Amino acid sequence: MEIDPFIFRLSIFILSIFIGYYVVWSVTPSLHTPLMSVTNAISSVIIVGAIIAALAGNSESIFNTSSIFGFIAIILAAINIFGGFLVTQRMLQMYKKKKDKK
Amino acid sequence: MISANLAAIFYLVSGILFILALRGLSSPDTSRQGNYFGIAGMIIAIVVTFLSIGNFSTSLVYVIIFLVIGGAIGAFIAFKIPMTAMPELVAGFHSLVGLAAVFVAIAAFLNPAAFNLGNVGDIKLASLIEMSIGAAVGAITFSGSIIAFLKLRGVMSGAPITFSGQHILNLILGIGIFVLIFYLCKTQSTNIFWTVIIISFLVGVLLIIPIGGADMPVVISMLNSYSGWAAAGIGFTLENTALIITGALVGSSGAILSYIMCKAMNRSFVSVILGGFGADNSTDNKKEKKDQKPVKSGNAEDAAFLMKNASSVIIVPGYGMAVAQAQHALREMVDKLKKNDIKVTYAIHPVAGRMPGHMNVLLAEANVPYDEVFELEDINNDFANSDVAFVIGANDVTNPVAKTDPKSPIFGMPVLDVEKCKSVLFVKRSLSPGYAGIDNELFYKDNTLMLFADAKKMTEDIVKNLD
Repeated sequence: MEIDPFIFRLSIFILSIFIGYYVVWSVTPSLHTPLMSVTNAISSVIIVGAIIAALAGNSESIFNTSSIFGFIAIILAAINIFGGFLVTQRMLQMYKKKKDKK
Repeated sequence: MISANLAAIFYLVSGILFILALRGLSSPDTSRQGNYFGIAGMIIAIVVTFLSIGNFSTSLVYVIIFLVIGGAIGAFIAFKIPMTAMPELVAGFHSLVGLAAVFVAIAAFLNPAAFNLGNVGDIKLASLIEMSIGAAVGAITFSGSIIAFLKLRGVMSGAPITFSGQHILNLILGIGIFVLIFYLCKTQSTNIFWTVIIISFLVGVLLIIPIGGADMPVVISMLNSYSGWAAAGIGFTLENTALIITGALVGSSGAILSYIMCKAMNRSFVSVILGGFGADNSTDNKKEKKDQKPVKSGNAEDAAFLMKNASSVIIVPGYGMAVAQAQHALREMVDKLKKNDIKVTYAIHPVAGRMPGHMNVLLAEANVPYDEVFELEDINNDFANSDVAFVIGANDVTNPVAKTDPKSPIFGMPVLDVEKCKSVLFVKRSLSPGYAGIDNELFYKDNTLMLFADAKKMTEDIVKNLD
């Protein structure tokens, strides 16, 4: 009997939870705020679903009910991607060591 | 147009880049590089999606336009937002992830063929379950984050809103969602799908309104986790590896942060969720009693004198510092002290502020080098050997009651041993209790000098007196 591809995805999911567990425990507490903003940004990779939905409309009807939801989701996710990565970058630029002082 | 297999490999690569992005945060040195990994992962995922659909019709132009609009809004917010407002921003961003998840799920439900999930009214069973779970969790994340945002922004009071039967109602609605999903699978009815989403929005609101302001660090972390699980649910629907990996990473990240925050408050996760903490019941009569106890209060001159004659000072910042925007004045004060060869360090309690790591970011913004800033476990023993503790805007996290009085609601919570310092300077506007609604015994200790003023103004006055 063949294994359902769902099981493979489930395996990836479970293994990623374990990776996440160990990686996040090693994050230094002083960077917990950037951690939250960067996880925000990367979870917006959900934009791939939005793009698929938006591009599904054909040339006669670019905007149908389904693709409109896709287009709105693109905006929402894009705000998060740009906002998330840039604000993280802005925060990380501020963390300086003692010797960097002018 | 690239094959589905090649696309899957690229999605895996972007998932790995996201793991590296989080890995980078283990130290400030590697963190910036980590962020670039994250950006690279995102670019790969988006480009590969375009290539694998291979639809370069007019729709694509619109996709790019919407992408640019969203990006511009996001970039604008990222550059404009003051660092003190990070908790609201993060809550706001969570709500967007949640809503995006809901919309993608709706789009997939209305046009399953575009996602290879079957046809309208005949969606594959597994996909239907996955997309309704994704939509439900996304909806809870959205409305819950909106409430958290309003509470943090101060639009809504931070006081918990409770009513009788609340938990039963939540339970019924929660079970209702599962029952509806079950019927959805049997009937493929559009109405049931919408109902699931609407009830989930309601659950999100009901889940967050009873949680008090003091528990906000837990709430934000929890919603962070939810947004991850929602993304993972959608990832299963779309059979997209990048999304599944990311969802799992974010989900576990949020869960760990919630755990750390709960532990730092000595509260169980369940009791935070059930809410009600931070209500100011019965504080009035308590205050009356305690107000008669003698309190030593001083002014900026006394404080400056004490610190000038110290050889080591530990600064304990809290949410009040953020509210008063006192971090820059504080940095100025510390510079003056350092010029007099006084050793200055910062002690940060895990729940200081309104989100994990909030204080660290504010101090970093004020150009405080991160290697002068220490976490609770690393610095707690140093208080006994230090001359002055300067408590600015923190309260409950310094309360010795947590160690001595088993009846206190915060008993067992790890606190900073501020009282072991030779003298304690406590900047506060009044003797009112903190978020936990309990009196701080530290105010009445012999070695405590209360400085009643706005944190920023007091710090500026001390700076003047240090000359």
